Amino acid sequence: MEAKLIDAIIPAAASGIFDLLALEPPGWGGNLLRGLLSSVQIALGAYGVGLLIGIGGAYGKLYGGPVVRDLLGLYTTVVRAVPELVLILMLYFAGTDLVNRVLIAFGHQPVDINGLVAGIGVLGIVQGAYSTEVLRGAILSIPQGQIEAARAYGMPPGLLLRRITLPAMLPFAIPGLANLWLIATKDTALLAIVGFNELTQTTRLAAGATKAYFTFFLAAGALYLALTLFSNVIIARVERWARRGTPQLSETR
Amino acid sequence: MASDVTAGTMRKSTAGRLQPHRIVLLVIALAIVLASIFYLRWDWLPAYLPLALQGIWRTIWLLVVTSVLGILLAIPLGLAQAAGPWFLSVPARTFCTIIRGTPLLLQLWLLYYGLGSLFPQLPWIRESFLWPYLRQAWPYGVLALTLSFAGYEGEVMRGAFAGVPRGQLEAARAFGMRRWTAFRRIWLPQALQRALPTLAGESVLQLKATPLVATITMVDIYAVASRVRQDTFVTYEPLLLLAVVYMAITGIIVLAFRRLEVRIPTRIG
Repeated sequence: MEAKLIDAIIPAAASGIFDLLALEPPGWGGNLLRGLLSSVQIALGAYGVGLLIGIGGAYGKLYGGPVVRDLLGLYTTVVRAVPELVLILMLYFAGTDLVNRVLIAFGHQPVDINGLVAGIGVLGIVQGAYSTEVLRGAILSIPQGQIEAARAYGMPPGLLLRRITLPAMLPFAIPGLANLWLIATKDTALLAIVGFNELTQTTRLAAGATKAYFTFFLAAGALYLALTLFSNVIIARVERWARRGTPQLSETR
Repeated sequence: MASDVTAGTMRKSTAGRLQPHRIVLLVIALAIVLASIFYLRWDWLPAYLPLALQGIWRTIWLLVVTSVLGILLAIPLGLAQAAGPWFLSVPARTFCTIIRGTPLLLQLWLLYYGLGSLFPQLPWIRESFLWPYLRQAWPYGVLALTLSFAGYEGEVMRGAFAGVPRGQLEAARAFGMRRWTAFRRIWLPQALQRALPTLAGESVLQLKATPLVATITMVDIYAVASRVRQDTFVTYEPLLLLAVVYMAITGIIVLAFRRLEVRIPTRIG
């Protein structure tokens, strides 16, 4: 019974788990790590794109005209109401289609869009909607006097954003932004659906080729978990850095 | 008095909603909708309508079943983390960390492909009465989504249980309530009340997680749209319809929770 169970968990028991996960080519460990690397790349890129969209979106929602505000409201509502999977398919197909149509219209050859760029773009648009809301809330919780004081000093808007708004909102935004980063790392798994070679897709290929499903999915899970826990350590440091000089939140509440 | 105030704000908000630029935007939106109705291809729709309705039903069924089961699992998880001894709280916290730290797609594939490849090799499972169900995909989908919801909601329930003021529980004990009665009458209702606002958001997230089960051959509304795309090579129209369906369900969830929150008094001591 016991032996049967172990056999079932590791069909390639003769070669063993460590051979399967070895870094050298007969093992799949190197492929998994490469998959993790491209997952992290996409997550970083998408997070960056999302932050840029978020800063612009939050500014537009707070200071923009009525039309800009309504359009941004539509963007955040739609993106947050539709599953990421559907958005990824839509943006992936529509995005590559659109780029190729523009290229053809200008008399160029259609190109295959790089999977990395497409993934970063698609996830970045999704992340942008969430970070717009996070940053909007954070900017709203800056004491109004700080911004008024900066205006009274005659600071131009760009300088005000860089020197006052962004640093002052950071402590309020970090919990939400940290959450968004963790969501970004996990959302990269969805790109497996469009066949992009990140960690989950690599894992599925490896598991399908060796039939050692448990081994590979558990290994990939451990990698994702390690990424999350490592991120948590970094986030705690960043949070302490962003909070420097501000009173403890527990005291102010 | 209170109704006067709400009526006043209602009138103001409807007046605020119909500003001139919004009317222009509405007209543009209507034009886009009409254009997409008349210029895009919808001829596949009648043939796939029964399947699509069945898919919508299955998505909603999956959402409701996994959310209810997930909450039932989240209550002990939250309680164990908030007040349990270490041999209960450590496993509960580990479970929540693992669920929240790995992608749901990976969990789903681990359960479906992993357990699915393990079970056929065990004779006592093949002979059990559960085998006809375990050969299908939906138990794995339900299990994965339930565990995921329980992991996220367990963390919320931990905060909710810990947030109930101690005085409430001490008062219950002072009245001579037994621990179970105090839990059932005082602790749990107040914790659920605290968790209610986040529950709406979690339900929407759960809805957005349901299409993942299409990757393990369950036919929900997302899988129907994918099949239309494969059969007819119509790419955008099914995806557009899909987005509209999900937005409608999200709207219903948000409205339902808003009504629920209005019905339940929000004064917490």
